Amino acid sequence: MLRNLPWLSVGIIAAMLFMAIFAPLISPHSPIDQSLPEKLIPPVWEEGGTAKYILGTDIFGRDVLSRLFYGARVSMIVTALALLVGGGVGLAIGIVSGYVGGRLDSLLMRIVDAALAFPTILFALLLAVTMGQGLQTIVIAISLLLWARFARVVRGEVLAVKGRDFVALARVHGCSPVRIMATHILPNVLNTFMVLLTLHVGVVIVAEASLSFLGAGVPPPTPSWGLMVAEGRGKISSAWWLSLIPGIAITLVVLAFNLFGDWLRDRLDPKLRQL
Amino acid sequence: MRRYILQRLWQGVILLALVTTIVFFLGRLTGNPVDLMLPEDATEEDRTALIETLGLDAPMYKQFGIFVVNVLQGDLGVSHRYRRPVVEIFFSRLPNTLKIVPAAMILAMIMAIPLGIVSAVRRGSMIDRVSGTIAVLGIATPNFWLGILLIYVFSVQLGWLPSARMGTPLHYVLPTITLGTFLVAGFMRLIRSSMLDILDSEFVKLARIKGLSETTVVWKHCLRNALIPVLTLWGVFMGGLVTGAIVTETVFAWPGIGRLTFEAVIFRDYPLLQAVIIMDAVLILLINLMVDILYAYIDPRIRLAE
Repeated sequence: MLRNLPWLSVGIIAAMLFMAIFAPLISPHSPIDQSLPEKLIPPVWEEGGTAKYILGTDIFGRDVLSRLFYGARVSMIVTALALLVGGGVGLAIGIVSGYVGGRLDSLLMRIVDAALAFPTILFALLLAVTMGQGLQTIVIAISLLLWARFARVVRGEVLAVKGRDFVALARVHGCSPVRIMATHILPNVLNTFMVLLTLHVGVVIVAEASLSFLGAGVPPPTPSWGLMVAEGRGKISSAWWLSLIPGIAITLVVLAFNLFGDWLRDRLDPKLRQL
Repeated sequence: MRRYILQRLWQGVILLALVTTIVFFLGRLTGNPVDLMLPEDATEEDRTALIETLGLDAPMYKQFGIFVVNVLQGDLGVSHRYRRPVVEIFFSRLPNTLKIVPAAMILAMIMAIPLGIVSAVRRGSMIDRVSGTIAVLGIATPNFWLGILLIYVFSVQLGWLPSARMGTPLHYVLPTITLGTFLVAGFMRLIRSSMLDILDSEFVKLARIKGLSETTVVWKHCLRNALIPVLTLWGVFMGGLVTGAIVTETVFAWPGIGRLTFEAVIFRDYPLLQAVIIMDAVLILLINLMVDILYAYIDPRIRLAE
């Protein structure tokens, strides 16, 4: 199982998790305390940089490195919650839709079609304006993006599992539909579900960063990578590190999760190749 | 064919109804619609006038009726920020977006079709590996960051290209690349994987046995089939394209509807945002319908099915 493990990806993912979990311990400074006299100090290797602020400071004199650590934390929390909510709802709907079939199935799949046909970012922005910015809003917004994709793929898997003998046997044995779905169908679609989860981590991180960039994410001053890129945008000609460093972090982490997801899919569920 | 198109049109109408309903209820159920609809400095008279015109003291179903009638008449309210009817603003910005989106799509096609085909035909070659890497990177790089990176390299460091707003043809270069990159990556991967399937299929073997040249087999027999998944998965690209347009226009201060959407969010201009979303939905439906027709045209299995 561990053969050919994409070590580089695993390393980047581990580093990000470490940053996210231990952010309060490893951050040299506060991520939100401002220190205006020390604003816009470049990273240590540039001229004018100091070892006190390894990756420099932003327009308010906040430490970029500490904000990067805390930003990893925001990314991870949003990702975990959105995958839990969006993925969970998608899994449940996919199983019920596939197993029950008939009118319910066609109704649910019409809704899935509609949800996939309309760009969810617009609803996410609408939610941010009506409900106000916050963790809750962004998790709901990203879950809206995820559930339909999960539901569609899981439903397809359920259709394949449903026709197998052990399901018929369970039915003959007198199991209730709920029990069959929970104990016989669910375990058989978990592999697919896990692969879907990993393949969507990158999607969620980019979605969160994009929403934060557009001013519809977690509200400032809470550091988020997307927000950091947005805040540094106006200073790109004089203070490149503000935008480029968090951007590199996003790309690296998304890349790592995507490569890891591809690897996991090839291992667990090669049928999903088309995704 | 006609039945297929009608069915698609019907689905589009349902989607539009759904979007309108959601927009309406989100605006009413979360807090006070008067505060959402009016700028902060609105007078008491403005408030009474708004309550009057939108029927905000009437029961919800009547309000919804008024809303639907207004939407159908193209009356979507007045923007806080611009103090002009939102529909008017939308149409003044639309042409600018319609200048970069097709450019990005053409770029994507020019890049993705040949690279996807060559990667599939010469599997494992240098070109395959390089384009595979580009695709993986292109998918992992968010548009907004790519845009800023391009500005940093080509405008700030090299000084070759302008970094914002419209004007000369040079102004199109960076936004087009920014918006097109994710499409290039997605199209290329899709075309490659479907080409690999098709190169293996029976009719390709037959075409080869008939003695057709490899060029004819690949470019005529295979390509047409390889493009089908691109159209099937169009919905996924559409979502990315809308997000991409919002982000790209924001980064490059491009005065299109993407930038307008961003302004609506930043200035909490609810009437503007609600209008942009409904108008976007109409636009997306029209584009999807065109894609469906194209799909039927390319794939005879759909055109001829009754």
